Amino acid sequence: MEINLTLNGRKICGEIEAGTLLLDFVRSQGCYSVKRGCETSNCGLCTVWLDGTPVLSCSVLAARADGREVTTLEGVEKEAEAFGRFLAQEGAEQCGFCSPGFIMNVLAMERELENPGEEEILEYLSGNLCRCTGYAGQLRAIVKYLNRKKEGEVQGRGGEESGAKG
Amino acid sequence: MERKAKIVGSPVMKKDAMALVTGKPVYTDDLAPRDCLVVKVLRSPHAHALIEEIDTERAKAVPGIVTVLTWKDVPGKRFTMAGQTYPEPSPYDRLILDRRVRFVGDAAAIVAGETEDAVDRALKLIRVKYQVLDAVLDFRTAKDNPILVHPEESWRSLCPVGADNRRNLCASGEDGEGDVEEVLSRCEYVVDETYHTKANQQAMMETFRAFAALDPYGRLVVTASTQVPFHVRRILANALDIPKSKVRVIKPRIGGGFGAKQTVVAEVYPAIVTWLTGRPSKIVYSRYESQIASSPRHEMEVHVRLGADQEGNIRAIDLYTLSNTGAYGEHGPTTVGLSGHKSIPLYGKAEAFRFRYDVVYTNRMSAGAYRGYGATQGLFAVESAVNELADRLGMDPVLLREKNMVREGDRMPAYYGETAGSCALDRCMARAKELMDWEHKFPSRDMGNGKVRGVGVAMSMQGSAIAGVDVGSATIKLNDDGFYSLMLGAADMGTGCDTTMSQIAADCLCCDLDSIIVHGVDTDVSPYDSGSYASSTAYLTGGAVVKACDSMIRRILEKGAEYLGREMDQVDFDGKRVFCLDGSGEISLKDIGNRVMSGNGFALEVTESNTQPTSPPPFMVGMAEVEVDRETGEAKLIDYVAVVDCGTPINPNLTRIQTEGGLVQGIGMAMYEDITYSPKGQMYENSLMQYKIPTRQDVGRLRVEFESSYEQTGPFGAKSIGEVVINTPAPAIASAVAHAAGVQIRELPVTAEKIYDGICRQSHLETCR
Amino acid sequence: MFTAKEYVRAESLEQAWSLNQKKSSAVVGGMMWLKMGDGRKGTIIDLSGLGLDTVQEDDREFSIGAMCTLRQLETHQGLNLAFDGVFRECVRHIVGVQFRNGATVGGSVFGRYGFSDVLTCLMALETEVELYRGGRVPLEKFAAMPYDRDILVRLWVKKDGRRAAYGSQRNTATDFPVIACAVSRLGDEWKVAVGARPKRAESILLDGRGKTAGQLAEEAAKAFSYGSNLRAGAAYRAHLAQVYIRRLAEKLGEES
Repeated sequence: MEINLTLNGRKICGEIEAGTLLLDFVRSQGCYSVKRGCETSNCGLCTVWLDGTPVLSCSVLAARADGREVTTLEGVEKEAEAFGRFLAQEGAEQCGFCSPGFIMNVLAMERELENPGEEEILEYLSGNLCRCTGYAGQLRAIVKYLNRKKEGEVQGRGGEESGAKG
Repeated sequence: MERKAKIVGSPVMKKDAMALVTGKPVYTDDLAPRDCLVVKVLRSPHAHALIEEIDTERAKAVPGIVTVLTWKDVPGKRFTMAGQTYPEPSPYDRLILDRRVRFVGDAAAIVAGETEDAVDRALKLIRVKYQVLDAVLDFRTAKDNPILVHPEESWRSLCPVGADNRRNLCASGEDGEGDVEEVLSRCEYVVDETYHTKANQQAMMETFRAFAALDPYGRLVVTASTQVPFHVRRILANALDIPKSKVRVIKPRIGGGFGAKQTVVAEVYPAIVTWLTGRPSKIVYSRYESQIASSPRHEMEVHVRLGADQEGNIRAIDLYTLSNTGAYGEHGPTTVGLSGHKSIPLYGKAEAFRFRYDVVYTNRMSAGAYRGYGATQGLFAVESAVNELADRLGMDPVLLREKNMVREGDRMPAYYGETAGSCALDRCMARAKELMDWEHKFPSRDMGNGKVRGVGVAMSMQGSAIAGVDVGSATIKLNDDGFYSLMLGAADMGTGCDTTMSQIAADCLCCDLDSIIVHGVDTDVSPYDSGSYASSTAYLTGGAVVKACDSMIRRILEKGAEYLGREMDQVDFDGKRVFCLDGSGEISLKDIGNRVMSGNGFALEVTESNTQPTSPPPFMVGMAEVEVDRETGEAKLIDYVAVVDCGTPINPNLTRIQTEGGLVQGIGMAMYEDITYSPKGQMYENSLMQYKIPTRQDVGRLRVEFESSYEQTGPFGAKSIGEVVINTPAPAIASAVAHAAGVQIRELPVTAEKIYDGICRQSHLETCR
Repeated sequence: MFTAKEYVRAESLEQAWSLNQKKSSAVVGGMMWLKMGDGRKGTIIDLSGLGLDTVQEDDREFSIGAMCTLRQLETHQGLNLAFDGVFRECVRHIVGVQFRNGATVGGSVFGRYGFSDVLTCLMALETEVELYRGGRVPLEKFAAMPYDRDILVRLWVKKDGRRAAYGSQRNTATDFPVIACAVSRLGDEWKVAVGARPKRAESILLDGRGKTAGQLAEEAAKAFSYGSNLRAGAAYRAHLAQVYIRRLAEKLGEES
């Protein structure tokens, strides 16, 4: 069957099977940042946004994305770089395999929660597993990133160039 | 030129970091050709059976299916999948496909086809008639069991490790010094307990995967998510019974390994498909396969007898380890050794020790290498026994350790007689105590709401590479404009060794980090390296980088002197230029790099290898604070303090992350990650839904610090960090629980239910009194 | 690998219902469970075009569309205000935000899973299930019914002023519960639901007059049966049920 959707801001038309999962579809469209880490909806590696909401692309039928807007890490590259730099400055990307899904959810959290405390951050991101880092470095990166953004906004500089130094 | 640590010791970003955080296609499955065949494995539903008949006709008839292979189609020479230096201590007990299947999940057939859907259909259409055999499921009854896991004549052990397939023995042995029985008989206190750890899964986020293709020379090129590219080359040649010259292995970016990928779990399947069909093929393990048919930690039961006098002097340690290698012997003979050799030496004052072990075959999933590699299991036992000794003596376990711990300069009889040349264990303990506020918190505090907080402590050591065996190598080339290529055979699997090795090279060559480009592993072009395991890379390959840089500098000096018309002893090199000592002239590195590309017969390219006769241990102390709900038994990890002596931390950020990551894996093993089987031998924890690795809400607060010693034989004083950090959580947390709830758990994981049961038994005893 | 022959975004409940009468068909909620294993489905029926993704509220009750996500329950102010935050409390431990953005209330309730926090929570309230053909049935009755091929349309939760509290214990923060308990109170009438026993939730009504929280909990916990699975044994679950019911009852007692 055919679906029409917006993928990373680009209108595309795709040919899929009825049972095709969004994860496999977006990879077939070249969005290789989206990874599969399990078959049981537990790991968060495949996180993408569906109409701006973070979802597990392993658990969404591609057919259901018809007429909707799908965003992968490739679609928010600037932001990924800005936050990713904070992550990398802690060494907390490590193997990097979970990073894209994790970053998608961090950026979603940033949009959804206002001034989240550490507990809120941990709860929001608990569906993103990571086996390398022990999570602590990721938290350090998030806190620094959010603080820097806040400072940036206070000073009216916007958040964009704030990723330059952590 | 003086060598100074400038970039070594600074927290630089990994060279590949931005590619990783922006999701670039750099992993195995991202790089596989789009048209490659999909390979999957039909797996045995039985723990032990013989394939009587296998009918693949209907499967082969499915449109899109290219080949279906059975035991009849594969070479009959046995090999091991263990990524170890040849001759491997692990027995040659595998075939790619065998007529005998030895665990639920063992390979029975290989299917390759053009689409996943076709392969899935074909898998369902293979008809196998199994003769189901009795299985050995309990490792305590495996030795000398009449049911043999490997009765075959072609089974072979290459090394004298005490293996005997007619007794289900993968290895056995004994080591010791002094008369343990005699000393124990004179001890006032003897702790005599048995501790049990499970076959934990590494659960790296990227499951096992590889793809294969033939190159224009008819050679097999395998791109694999592996820690041991050179071992993969040998193992594939063995498995396919083809010359090693026919195989090339490439390692792209790896989504975590932790030892899992030190075994050739998946590579043989696409390799044989491509070798036989000539077509590119790939396999991507599902999480399910990664859980049930891979290379987890060896389940071990460790019996400890620990003797001490009234003052708390530990006088004798006697260890018996029973290790379960499962259906195949990968890493069986070697992991068990660490259960004794990396635990007993922590207690330098013991007059006698004995360490005996058996490694048995069973009809369970084959075990492999997992961070800690047997030390983790042994340290849970020995450190728990030391904590129990302290509790029985009524002595602070920190004090008990301060009395007995190994110190710099001590000989370690149970560590092959090596001397602790660099050891800051005492400083680690002192700092950990301070950070935890141990004196106020030990042993426990009633929080007044039915909850009690307890603290526990443990020490750990590991090695740095395998002494006298492992080889680390580095090639350095000077290029035009004066930048260097650093070629490594060690596998960066996310750990960042491409970057840390570049840091070492940059400081040796007195240049900035960007002047070093680094190339990961391709067995056709990289210098030989045993691979990234046994905590070897920083110490051993790092040492090779230093050697290679020294050789490179000599060559630069030689060439520079030539261009300047001087003798070598009249010039020096400062990283940017070769200059005359008398100030009469100079030539820049850039000019040398460009000039050697014309009219030059002297290559500015060097390769050096490094091996070491000793394996200097890193040390650490871990302290846990746990809160137990005395009504439900529920335990929460509140705080974990770790102070590590890894020698010089080459990159403090990466060293810290290694530590935090190792701690959390250790916490998972201690509190959450269980492995259980059905009576028929099926593993229940076959997904991340059932096998619970910690989430970020499960690990409490982690605090990591370093107390560095300086290892003379290491690059810039470095030892290792990767493994030592996983060992303390299990014994420290178990002891913290014991102090909070009065219940010592000796079988991992330490769950709420076990704690509650212990509390009940205790209060029952009290009521009886 | 999950496969299906046909995908239909239903245009009416009638269409969904008739497509679903075939055994090979399946209604897709959040796709959390449906995709597991290598199920080959005929027609998969998507209800996401039927406007069943809202929570509505009037003076007497809430209606929760079958396609509402667990995350909607978690963040819905009205629901959480009316019932002391139990909706947030019962779902916030389920895997992660992305999972809860996908998993649907209809899928959770229709599945009648033993581990269901949502079923346990709803059962301690006055909840009815609206089925396309079967009409409105009390949740308790629905939970006991055999699986059929009807379509779950929405849930109705009565706003009867009861107070509620929810508690669960898990081996890791986002794992299935070892035990899940929900308690509500309307005057002296107490309703207690226990799920993850590991069997699916059931509920009982108790008269709380003259009883301490401890007595209530003992009486309630005894009314259920418990079993063993990977996560815990029966005896431990029985003990936990009593502890958690008592703690929840104390909470409601204090607040009244």
